[in-house]
Amino acid sequence: MKKQKRPIGKFLMGLTLLFFYLPIVFMIVFSFNDSKSLTHFSGFSTMWYTKMFQSRDMMESLYTTIIIAVLATAISTFVGTITAIGLSKSRRLVRRLVLQLNDFPIMNPEIVTAIGLMLLFITLRIERGFVTMLLAHIAFCIPYVILSVMPRLRALDPNLADAAMDLGATPWQSLFMVLVPQLMPGIVSGALIAFTMSFDDFIISYFVTGGGVKNLSIMVYTMSKRVNPSINAMSTLVVVLITLVLVAINLEPLLRARREKKK
Amino acid sequence: MKKFSQLAIPYIVWAALMILLPLLLIILYAFTKPGNEFIQFSLTLEHFAKFFTDPDFLLVLWRSLVIAFKTTLICGVLGYPVAYFIARSNDRVRNILILAITLPMWINMLVRTYAWIGLLSDGGILQKLLGLLGFGEPKLLYTEGAVLLGMVYNFIPFMILQINTSLCKLDHSLLEASADLGADRFQTFWRVVFPLSLPGVVSGITLVFLPAVSSFFIPKLLGGGQYFLIGNVIENQFITVGEWNFGSAISLIMVMVMMLSMYAVRRLDRSGGREEDRL
Repeated sequence: MKKQKRPIGKFLMGLTLLFFYLPIVFMIVFSFNDSKSLTHFSGFSTMWYTKMFQSRDMMESLYTTIIIAVLATAISTFVGTITAIGLSKSRRLVRRLVLQLNDFPIMNPEIVTAIGLMLLFITLRIERGFVTMLLAHIAFCIPYVILSVMPRLRALDPNLADAAMDLGATPWQSLFMVLVPQLMPGIVSGALIAFTMSFDDFIISYFVTGGGVKNLSIMVYTMSKRVNPSINAMSTLVVVLITLVLVAINLEPLLRARREKKK
Repeated sequence: MKKFSQLAIPYIVWAALMILLPLLLIILYAFTKPGNEFIQFSLTLEHFAKFFTDPDFLLVLWRSLVIAFKTTLICGVLGYPVAYFIARSNDRVRNILILAITLPMWINMLVRTYAWIGLLSDGGILQKLLGLLGFGEPKLLYTEGAVLLGMVYNFIPFMILQINTSLCKLDHSLLEASADLGADRFQTFWRVVFPLSLPGVVSGITLVFLPAVSSFFIPKLLGGGQYFLIGNVIENQFITVGEWNFGSAISLIMVMVMMLSMYAVRRLDRSGGREEDRL
């Protein structure tokens, strides 16, 4: 395209980025405020971080969030990957039906998925709490893993597994030593989506939890009525954590490329 | 190797139990009387009758549709020029800008919405800024405007990214052809670029309108609980009141209304497509 100065476009773009980042920066700044005010910055302090680490409620919700995200990611990545491989070898009708079903949690409004799962747990008389939250997270994470592994599978030679077995590999060896390494980029991006979806989830967790089990989002939601700058501190911690994960994921291929260049 | 196809069996069972059954349960609950057992139940339409005969519920549904429509309109009008700017930047700048827009999306929606409370609250930065600009010092938090702002903030990235994708796919030779045939820049935009970007606009509308209709934590956090949308009614029925049957019926009505709106939008895209054929 032609090089133009486009002052209006630049101005608009700047405003948009300001709009996107202003609340986040504001929140980080006020997490270091030394008073309870959300409008007036009176001085630097880390008291809200101390308060946050002392609050059992907040720390428990942080652990719950992390443990559920790690478990849900591990399980859904494993199940999603073998399912995708299985579907690629299934009959076309089966594959299309399962992928159709798989699309529901992605396409449906989240609140519909949430109340559906809540009704399921009520009907089956499963007490709502940590386990139901984990099950629900696995349920909405697997579809994303399958969706990100499927395209990589389609790009593979369909005879790859057979070739490995002709050369003497057992089915498990051909699965985990031949197919899975080839699918790695899709699996990693699926796992990343699963992790952030689980880590950030509010609506589904809110409906399927019980017995005082809370993740971070539920805690922010229930605490938001009162002014509590510890929420800013916790949110800042979340922003830092997610940014670190994203930076690590983005840097990893760069570092690997550099290492390979050195060899 | 046919054996590998068996790897999908666990998930087929899982999906039937965790995806299909819940949806069937919503339908079942919506059409049955409360207090029924799973095996033994009596069908009824009373929940739907209750919803459609109560002006309060109808008003909430209408209000949800109106605010979702406003959100979509604002996202489209503001998002399109931004997407256009990004699409016309060079590769390096475009990648950076797309990263800058995607980055906040990774951060918890609730946290990002919560962050607005401080900015909008009485005596906050935005109110003072408006005061300096001579708008007085209007109440910002817990108003309809705050809810609208929260929705635009949360959903506009989807609109920008969708439109940007369809603009980037555009064949540049079409623009040259249009210029060669004597069109000026505005004609080229309105008669070539815009119609060809409509698929992106339509999927952007879908990704903004649907979550906006059903959202319930944005009105709760920024509307202060006085501002009820259909999502809040559903939340209330399930969490506070415990009338799951009525709640299921409301969510079915909501899904139906969403599907009808989306059908209308797709029609719009198709008629746009036909116009393009005529050109």
